[in-house]
Amino acid sequence: MTVPLIQFIDVAKRFGTHEVLKGLNLSIYTGEIIAVIGKSGTGKSVLLKHIIGLVHQDSGQILIQGEPLHQLSVEKVRSFQNELSYMFQDNALFDFLNIYDNIALPLVENSKFPKARIKEKVMTRIKQLGLMDAEYKFPAQLSGGMRKRVALARALVTDPKIVLFDEPTSGLDPVRKKNVHSMIQEYQEKFGFTAVIVSHDIPQIFNIAQRIALLDDGVIKFEGSQKDVLESHSTILNAFVRGDDVPDTFD
Amino acid sequence: MLIKLIETFGKTIIRLVKSMGRIVLFFLTGTINCFVLPFQFSKIIDHTWFIGTKSIFVIVLTGLFTGMVLGLQGYYSLIKVGSEEALGYAVALTLIRELGPVFTAIMITARAGSAMAAEIGVMRVSEQIDALKTMHINPVRFMFTPRLIAAVISFPLLTALFNVVGILGGFISGSIMLGINRYVYMDTVIQSVDINDIAGGFYKSFVFSVVVTTICCYRGYYTHLFSGFGARGVSLTTTNAVVQSCVFILIFDYIITFFLV
Repeated sequence: MTVPLIQFIDVAKRFGTHEVLKGLNLSIYTGEIIAVIGKSGTGKSVLLKHIIGLVHQDSGQILIQGEPLHQLSVEKVRSFQNELSYMFQDNALFDFLNIYDNIALPLVENSKFPKARIKEKVMTRIKQLGLMDAEYKFPAQLSGGMRKRVALARALVTDPKIVLFDEPTSGLDPVRKKNVHSMIQEYQEKFGFTAVIVSHDIPQIFNIAQRIALLDDGVIKFEGSQKDVLESHSTILNAFVRGDDVPDTFD
Repeated sequence: MLIKLIETFGKTIIRLVKSMGRIVLFFLTGTINCFVLPFQFSKIIDHTWFIGTKSIFVIVLTGLFTGMVLGLQGYYSLIKVGSEEALGYAVALTLIRELGPVFTAIMITARAGSAMAAEIGVMRVSEQIDALKTMHINPVRFMFTPRLIAAVISFPLLTALFNVVGILGGFISGSIMLGINRYVYMDTVIQSVDINDIAGGFYKSFVFSVVVTTICCYRGYYTHLFSGFGARGVSLTTTNAVVQSCVFILIFDYIITFFLV
């Protein structure tokens, strides 16, 4: 049986008195696109932040290729983190840097590429995401949609092996949403990275995700393929997909 | 009642110790990174421009008027004891030893320190600091270290400028407006100041640069812990950073003066 790339085992996280994750179990496999769906405020972003190391669990374990994250050597943790990239929900672009510098930052600060190579990589992403005219503008001068694309370009510029997308299409028009989804799918097929996408784009996200996980009340209530979603009799899943108000207790 | 009082006292002490630990670690991380390659030349130049060059106007203005006021006050005090010729002496020593470093530091705190706290605070609340971490960029090295170096370069230079302009201000009010012989004024300035006075002023400005930058960057960096998130959090952070910096400038001024005299 394939060892998951990342595995959450009974992970719990509390902020003050608010319990966000209550024994969450989830497996993420190499090379797949997994979509995490769920109501706002259920801890989807917190789940992603556990993977990137911005948040640490109160209890439970996170395994990286079968080994507990907290038991890995510093080199292994660093090597794992170097393969990660994160696209923030609110973009987190640097106001004092122009678009080119925002996208180039991870390469400028961490890579040993010569300037010409960095420029080539950044310009490739800028062209792919239709940001040619915005190269020397600052984030505040761009629309919400363009800022989203800049954040996406920055997340992909290091050619990461695992990309965590926190609502990559929020604030985009339907055409751009489709483009971003297509691009994630296309890049994933081309480079084979593992993508974890937190999204509310239902049902569009089902077209690119190989697996869907529904997070509710701090735990994963459903996990399966697009086919499983369509065939599921899960009350909570069906209610969420239809956009109905979801009662507190389910299944 | 007593137990509650002890609990509150204990919590306050714990919070204080934690806070001191955080600020020391923050400062040490930033300082150690001053010597870690690659040096961040372009960022240092940018911040030196912002902290130093862009403060010149306000420093010249405050220096000039401080010197003019000292000249006026000094003249009317000294004339009572018939020593108005000592005006240059009084103005120069007061400025170089005391007012120059302190006023310069307070003016830079108001202009650049508040901006540092606000900018880093906004970076915190808009997740830009988290974004740096996800890119494996040390946020303290990225944001605090270049500002610290820029401040250490800028503060003494601006203090020197303040002193020179202040002495000129004293000259304007004392010699040009009130008629003290200009050669006497300049001669007493030159005769009264020795290298120890100038060095003492520079020691102070060096310490103030470290204190102001550390407090302002630290408050901004930990905005979420002290003042909460959002615009209100950032505004509170900025206010607290400026107030604390000014208080610590005066405390350190006393401590350094105590050891220098």
